[in-house]
Amino acid sequence: MQMTPLDRGFTRAVLRIIPTAVLLAALGLLLAASDFLAGDYIRRIVIGIGINIVLVVSLNLSNGFTGVFSLGHVGFMAIGAYAASICTLPVALKAVNLPALPGWLSGLALPFLPATLVGGAVAMLVAFIVGLSLMRLKGAYVSVATLGFLVIVQVVLVNWDQLTRGARTFAGVPPHTTVWNAWIWAVLTVYLAWRMGRSPFGRDMRAARDNEIAARSLGISVMRSRLLAFCASAFLTGVAGSLWAHFITSFSPKSFFFTQAFAIITMLVIGGLGSVSGSVIGVALITIVSEILRNAERGLTIGALVIPPIYGASQILMAVLFVLIIVFRPQGLLGGKEIDPGLIARRIFPPTRRRDGPPDHGKDAA
Amino acid sequence: MLLQQLINAVSVGSLYALMAIGLAMVFGILRLINFAHGDLIMVGSYVALLLMAAGLPFSVAAIAAVAASTLAGLLMERLAYRPIRGAHEIAMLLTSFSVTILLENLAIILFKPTSRPFPAPAFLRSAIEAGSLRLASLDLIAIVIAGVLLAGLTLFVTRTRIGISMRAASEDLLAARLMGINVNAVIAAAFAIGSFLAGVVGLLWSARVGKVDPLMGFNPVLKAFVASVIGGLGSLPGAVIGAYILGGLEILLQGLLPSALTPYRDAFVFVILIALLLFRPNGIMGSTEKEKI
Repeated sequence: MQMTPLDRGFTRAVLRIIPTAVLLAALGLLLAASDFLAGDYIRRIVIGIGINIVLVVSLNLSNGFTGVFSLGHVGFMAIGAYAASICTLPVALKAVNLPALPGWLSGLALPFLPATLVGGAVAMLVAFIVGLSLMRLKGAYVSVATLGFLVIVQVVLVNWDQLTRGARTFAGVPPHTTVWNAWIWAVLTVYLAWRMGRSPFGRDMRAARDNEIAARSLGISVMRSRLLAFCASAFLTGVAGSLWAHFITSFSPKSFFFTQAFAIITMLVIGGLGSVSGSVIGVALITIVSEILRNAERGLTIGALVIPPIYGASQILMAVLFVLIIVFRPQGLLGGKEIDPGLIARRIFPPTRRRDGPPDHGKDAA
Repeated sequence: MLLQQLINAVSVGSLYALMAIGLAMVFGILRLINFAHGDLIMVGSYVALLLMAAGLPFSVAAIAAVAASTLAGLLMERLAYRPIRGAHEIAMLLTSFSVTILLENLAIILFKPTSRPFPAPAFLRSAIEAGSLRLASLDLIAIVIAGVLLAGLTLFVTRTRIGISMRAASEDLLAARLMGINVNAVIAAAFAIGSFLAGVVGLLWSARVGKVDPLMGFNPVLKAFVASVIGGLGSLPGAVIGAYILGGLEILLQGLLPSALTPYRDAFVFVILIALLLFRPNGIMGSTEKEKI
């Protein structure tokens, strides 16, 4: 049968979707296997990876794309976690744990999705307010100021007893997070970050990151693009906070401090700043390695060699690993590049040449 | 009452100043925010604690503690920071985070995570009563020590060859190297001095707080950061001025805030810091020079 150019274009477009579709299907199968076949331990690791992908990819959206390196994102995670958990905590438990809650909150019992959206929205609102000032700062000053933001969040959480139980553990959060909702958010975050990276806004962000003065001279509103990235990133980080809260079910302000901040940043830097696929790889790698190390920490027996348990050793190893990466591969594993199934597909099935288009200079130009 | 608060502020500010100088010296030359600077306090304090527990007098323990801090600072520079010299600011900052994580977890493994009481000698715990005034000897000693060290440091950076080299290196590292300045020696000296000061602060801080724990460096270094950012990162006079401003601000907030809000004091400090950075993005003493195109 004779194919018209239109048919051929359509076929190729379909063919180009295949790698992405295959990837998603494979991911779905893996998740299904981990959810239905594997034990609780594996399932928890898989959920953890999903949540960490949301955290790290959203951090990349702000830090990697705009170059404004925030150390305070864990603050947004905390805000999302507390805001969402206050919404979902069963009313009977609220009466016991949070007796001083304002009336309209004490009767509130939201389902998981709206509560998570509330968590994200509150985090985004805070990001907008602090971003108005933080996004004006440069280099090392941003780091110190965002660290300051983290301390502010910490102080407020510890002291706002009515809402947070202060420094005491916030317990009894319903365990709503599953492999599926965690990973739907993960895929959604990856998709959003990927789209945003290629949107005009994403290009503005990168331009402002690489040369602020040149970007300004081209009429790019540096402030607006940074603030947009910061708010979008804070929303997703807040969502991740909610997912995490409904996964771990009890936490305290201390859960959202320096150690957690460092863990997320490690994954980001190891994967490579500015690369979405790099972040995903960084998360998977670090989560699995640290899980192995955590098991080893409890003591090992290799043949006749018995290593006694050393708690904290895994953290030390991670820190050393991190320094080695910065020394030997400062650009991260992917070095800001992407592994993009769509692009690979385009290499294999180049799009049809347009008849009236400019002359094509060889295959590589496609 | 007012005088007492003033002494309080100056004493706290003195400790911040000694810390902030160490940060500023290193930042000025290397553009490195050394987060692990706070852990040098912890190292010194534990050395002092262990030696005193072994029965040695405070004077010996104190000297050993300061020496240990200095040594730890030099090792830190040699092992962690020299390999990444010249890297991106953020990469260096993250490296210093790693060093912090490493040292703190090491301390947790070696000394257990729980805090231990710090047996400060009696002369550090006494107080002078004068009418309604109650002056803690620790406050006065901190002020005097800081004064002496700051004066010595001023002489050092203005009168000695290595001090002048240090200022040259912080102005322009490459030019300094081309002028035949031994950059390695200058950087090592900056770390040695900063770490020495951190060791001194460690003793005073532990005596003030009365206990020692593996994470004790976090708060002082955070305060020292704020101080050096207020003053303008990398500027030595700026760091000292910023530290005293911070000390004053904290005591002021403690006095002025209604009691319901005093627990939020640290949050207010950071809000003020961020607000200040909006008007003076490079701190009080930082250059206002625009980037050249």
